[in-house]
Amino acid sequence: MKPNALAEGVRPGRLDPSSLAEGFCDVHPPLTPHEAAVAADRCYFCHDAPCIAACPTEIDIPLFIRQIATGTPEAAAKTIFEQNILGGMCARVCPVETLCEQACVRETAEHEPVEIGRLQRYATDTLMAADVHPFERAAATGKRIAVVGAGPAGLACAHRLAMKGHDVVIYDAREKPGGLNEYGIAAYKTVDGFAEREVAWLLQIGGIRLEQGRALGRDVTLEELRADHDAVFLGTGLGAVNALGLDGEDRDGVEDAVDFIAELRQAEDLAALPIGRDVVVIGGGMTAVDAAVQAKLLGALNVTMVYRRGRDRMNASRKEQDHATTRGVRIVTNAVPVAVHGNGAVREVEFEFVEDDLTPTGERFRLTADQVFKAIGQRLDGAALPATERGKIAVTDAGRTSVDGVWAGGDCAAGGDDLTVTAVAEGRDAAEDIHAALTR
Amino acid sequence: MANLATDFVGIKSPNPFWLASAPPTDKEYNVRRAFEAGWGGVVWKTLGLDPHIVNVNGPRYGAVWGPDRRLLGMNNIELITDRPLETNLEEIKAVKRDYPDRAMIVSLMVPCEEEPWAWILKKVEETGADGVELNFGCPHGMSERGMGSAVGQVPEYIEMVTRWCKANTRMPVIVKLTPNVADIRKPAAAAHAGGADAVSLINTVNSITGVDLDLFAPEPTIDGKGAHGGYCGPAVKPIALNMVAEIKRTAEIGRLPVSGIGGVTTWRDAAEFLALGAGNVQVCTAAMTYGFKVVEEMISGLSQYLDEKEMDSVRDLVGRAVPNVVDWQDLNLNYVTKARIDQDACIKCGRCFAACEDTSHQAITMSPDRVFEVNDAECVACNLCVNVCPVEDCITMVRLPAGETDPRTGAVVRDDYANWTTHPNNPAAKAAE
Repeated sequence: MKPNALAEGVRPGRLDPSSLAEGFCDVHPPLTPHEAAVAADRCYFCHDAPCIAACPTEIDIPLFIRQIATGTPEAAAKTIFEQNILGGMCARVCPVETLCEQACVRETAEHEPVEIGRLQRYATDTLMAADVHPFERAAATGKRIAVVGAGPAGLACAHRLAMKGHDVVIYDAREKPGGLNEYGIAAYKTVDGFAEREVAWLLQIGGIRLEQGRALGRDVTLEELRADHDAVFLGTGLGAVNALGLDGEDRDGVEDAVDFIAELRQAEDLAALPIGRDVVVIGGGMTAVDAAVQAKLLGALNVTMVYRRGRDRMNASRKEQDHATTRGVRIVTNAVPVAVHGNGAVREVEFEFVEDDLTPTGERFRLTADQVFKAIGQRLDGAALPATERGKIAVTDAGRTSVDGVWAGGDCAAGGDDLTVTAVAEGRDAAEDIHAALTR
Repeated sequence: MANLATDFVGIKSPNPFWLASAPPTDKEYNVRRAFEAGWGGVVWKTLGLDPHIVNVNGPRYGAVWGPDRRLLGMNNIELITDRPLETNLEEIKAVKRDYPDRAMIVSLMVPCEEEPWAWILKKVEETGADGVELNFGCPHGMSERGMGSAVGQVPEYIEMVTRWCKANTRMPVIVKLTPNVADIRKPAAAAHAGGADAVSLINTVNSITGVDLDLFAPEPTIDGKGAHGGYCGPAVKPIALNMVAEIKRTAEIGRLPVSGIGGVTTWRDAAEFLALGAGNVQVCTAAMTYGFKVVEEMISGLSQYLDEKEMDSVRDLVGRAVPNVVDWQDLNLNYVTKARIDQDACIKCGRCFAACEDTSHQAITMSPDRVFEVNDAECVACNLCVNVCPVEDCITMVRLPAGETDPRTGAVVRDDYANWTTHPNNPAAKAAE
């Protein structure tokens, strides 16, 4: 046992390298060709398949699975990429259990859906491993479009625009492109630098220039972008993190979960990453699960996720919750934080149990904590943006904002769920609308 | 418990499951294992004259697979035994001596002259074998040399050779028929005329299982070339069932005992052959796919079925379905059914809709929330929806009661029987006048 394994405080090196490697390996390992053939055979090739309708990008799932079953995974990959150029990442991070696989008729029939996510990964991995980019750029149109944010929405939008012959410049605030794919998803979902490789593969379409380290509002304004380009797409994501609004929230050890995940994703050496012995994660979404599970995998002895409502209201799917609990994360529901105790650094978080409608019960408890991750949601950051609605940029179905020539999509826009696949769909659809507008 | 013992043309065996003449019955070692596993009998792989034949040294088998590589069909280009005659005869004798309660049939194939047939029959008699099966079915290789299916496709030859054999042995003679003919009743009748004690069918079907799309060569491929082989396994069962039925329902040859062969994989397959009049069944591909142990399921399954049907023996089942095999013109045109979808069982895949809408009668409707319903005004009861539905018994064909109006035809359903022979649209109708 490592000397640090049981020690209090936020410290690195709780686990040996082999335990870390084991914990952070591929959570859903890729299918072998034989496994893929067996899995693909289970697809019924439904008419007007429910899985297609359940996919925000409407991938023709029965067709691509049939293409796998008949020994042409490359063709399957093209079927996927035609609808979703980030089909490789979505195969890894989509909550398929609430999307395509939930709609699968075999879920109805035997509670065992066709493994659509893993089959999608099999197809897309096959084509990407061959380093084939299956699309060609149309003749140049001479139109210039600015895309703000190199996350899923921005990348999907940029690719579709570039494919249609437009010149695209992506302005991104971070050091590396990819957005939450690169900075915001649990490492075990996207191993071996996949996010980075995927962006490089996507850029093979040509006609896209990346400008990293250029933040909207800091280095460039929306007005400047509008003036210099024929259209602007905003895919900035949600830059700000919600606060607990409690005394003691500024104590050492109280951090935003998104920062922890980003740091972990960029860490060269996981053994050098400090983690608490007693970790409390506040929130019930995917970010909370990703933070809690990864804290455990780094060697935290006690990790507790606390959510203010019941399990069924959590944004993290039941499968994600089960993943957390099987990794040793304890989930406490119907409790809200009321105080952060400590002397300089956090020592305890005090909670109060609440009813489903959040009415306080008066019953309180404390959790020992040397590290606390806040994961209670993010919000739009920035000024001089188009008109908002419920805290996000208001958009039409095609992604048009209140400002002429400016489209928006992904988490920053008031569209669908805050999912990678939804961002891809919105970026793609906005690109189609921009193209239509510019070539009318 | 039902008695599975059978007496097939005087040959007794503890159950109706024999291994067909094929690779599993080529050697003493295999046959002993088969008897230990519980098989009721074997038809020893076909013997010929020395010098023994040779086989190819490349692949002998091709295959057709279903989902999850389930073997649906297999073909082979193997010839008759490629071991010396004397070796086989000694082994047959030794095995029969040790397993006197099991059926030991010896398959034979020699040139079309009486002398070699007479000679080899004496040799077989000396082994103590229970009977012989004349291989007039093998469709590849041997047929190029004037044997196997080259004999089985010419009724006159069948009759001639059968007669020679009956004249030269006291053993029961079973004639194995090839399905590679236009009308199976003709070779069966020839065997009957020649005095055969029984026929066994089917042998394998001429086939190419696939084409190698890189080599542009048929499979199985030998040095870039392929020859047609004999197809067997579950895929050929429907062909075999029909041929057995055709023989059993033909007056002149219907009493000729039949050993049923062709894709028997489970007890259920065997029971179907028996119901169509086969006195026993022969199995090969199932054993080659799963090993000899499959006979245990066949024995337990058939036994359970007979008990459930309150049948005491296999004999009670044999031929039970034969009277119900009729000509198309005898089918009741007043039997009107409609597809019925069990909405609780439906998993909403929509395959019934796609099949009906695209390729049939537009008799299934689909609502925006994926509820599939039958439109009786269009349903011709073709059964396609039943066949493509992945859920067993989700869609069924339900008979309209007499007196009800069929919304498709507007006619009131009658409870009497009427067929094509009396239908007004039939120019040759013999209307009751």
